[in-house]
Amino acid sequence: MSRARVPAWLFVPAAAGAAFVLLPLVAIMTRVEWGSFGDLITSESSRAAFVLSLKTSSASTALCIVFGVPMAVVLARTQFRGQGVVRSLVLLPLVLPPVVGGLALLYTFGRRGLLGESLDALGVQVAFSTLAVVLAQTFVALPFLVISIEGALRTAGERYEVVAASLGARPTTVFRRITLPLVLPGLLSGAVLAFARSLGEFGATITFAGSLQGVTRTLPLEIYLQRETDPDAAVALALVLVVVAVLVIGLARQSRSAL
Amino acid sequence: MRLPAAFILMLSLALTACGDGENQDVSDGGSQPTTLTVYAAASLTKTFERIGEEFETQHEGVQVEFSFGGSSDLVAQIQEGAPADVFASADQANMDKLADLEGQDPQDFATNSLQIAVAPDNPLGVAGLSDLTGDGVKLVTCAPEAPCGAAAQKAAEAAGVELTPVSEEQSVTDVLGKVTSGEADAGLVYVTDVIGAEGAVLGIDFPEADAAVNTYPITTVEGNDSGDLAAEFVELVVGEEGQSILREAGFAAAPPGSRP
Repeated sequence: MSRARVPAWLFVPAAAGAAFVLLPLVAIMTRVEWGSFGDLITSESSRAAFVLSLKTSSASTALCIVFGVPMAVVLARTQFRGQGVVRSLVLLPLVLPPVVGGLALLYTFGRRGLLGESLDALGVQVAFSTLAVVLAQTFVALPFLVISIEGALRTAGERYEVVAASLGARPTTVFRRITLPLVLPGLLSGAVLAFARSLGEFGATITFAGSLQGVTRTLPLEIYLQRETDPDAAVALALVLVVVAVLVIGLARQSRSAL
Repeated sequence: MRLPAAFILMLSLALTACGDGENQDVSDGGSQPTTLTVYAAASLTKTFERIGEEFETQHEGVQVEFSFGGSSDLVAQIQEGAPADVFASADQANMDKLADLEGQDPQDFATNSLQIAVAPDNPLGVAGLSDLTGDGVKLVTCAPEAPCGAAAQKAAEAAGVELTPVSEEQSVTDVLGKVTSGEADAGLVYVTDVIGAEGAVLGIDFPEADAAVNTYPITTVEGNDSGDLAAEFVELVVGEEGQSILREAGFAAAPPGSRP
């Protein structure tokens, strides 16, 4: 495949941008105490935070897929009054400061929140539970997945779906056999973005879920807490978080090109 | 070409200002900047802003700028070269970090002690630390790594109870937030936080709080370029006016001679 040539001058701002992103990572590496790195990242609290982060991020990514795919399909494939407004509102968590998101969740699912009493009656207590962490992460990560899939759907166009329907396929069959396979690459990159965003989630979690080892204290919260007494441990854990994020993005890239 | 009158006026004012500066240089033997930068623990926000206003009225042409935050954040920033002239910490440990590096001589200027914060009507009838241990009470404290959490642990040890908080927060503000929003039944916060909450929570004294009194030290930061102003600000804080402002907010006086 031959490629179009890129103007040479583009490399200058591109390199500057790359340096802007990469230099801080290098700066973190220079601060890592390599001698005690192993001990710092295998302490009991670090391991608890790491496991909790992986679990909750996986759960919230799954929730994002379950709710995000239908949202994207409805937004991309249907037309209704006020659709533009709905789309903007659904994407709101992208621009909302996470702490504000956490407050909003608190006023919704908290003990005195909109749904709090009904949930309480059902025996569900969200406050200070791992479920609260998952809700916070899903709230901030959902728009990433919706945007990715909606973009993929719009790029793919509707012609295959229209043809399948004209050949007599029912809407559910079209969705399952045409729409879903069509957006699979978009779904994958959307899921990776959602997972990465969940992994890094801090503000909404600390506001809404609290911070307790093994229950609600995810890796970013543990890093923030460790910095209080042991900056070396915080830096070491930060590096772990970066490595996990890079791995996830790298793996997704590989499997996507294999599709 | 005629210069606008305003421009000429500004130019002459600027020249006059320069002249003044030079005169001062001669008399003081040092430059006199007009901005004093104070780094102070977040719990000092309201009181230090008032003390800053007082300082500005006493020193014409001087502006006091504050950076409020967690003491450990502030220390980290100062160690990385942040332009602080004065640093006031919420605990000794963080001040010691700075003192190690800069060889400073901090002065204690206030103390703060813990109270149990509950909803204003105290629905669970909490009267002391031992009422906080049951399963039915959602208690929130600071994490032991944070100064307010270390204090909570000391108080619990003194009372001989084991606290099982549902969340260990990063800062006392987060603890207070969990109580005011109704998520938690009780939280361990400072007396000044309860007063600052202005009725949103009820503060309950408990005797073991005496075992975990937090002392606030203040110091000028070595290498600051504010001349005598930094030292004068510290004087104002430890002096009568500063102390009465702190007392109003609920801070207690530092015990005399606590730091030789």
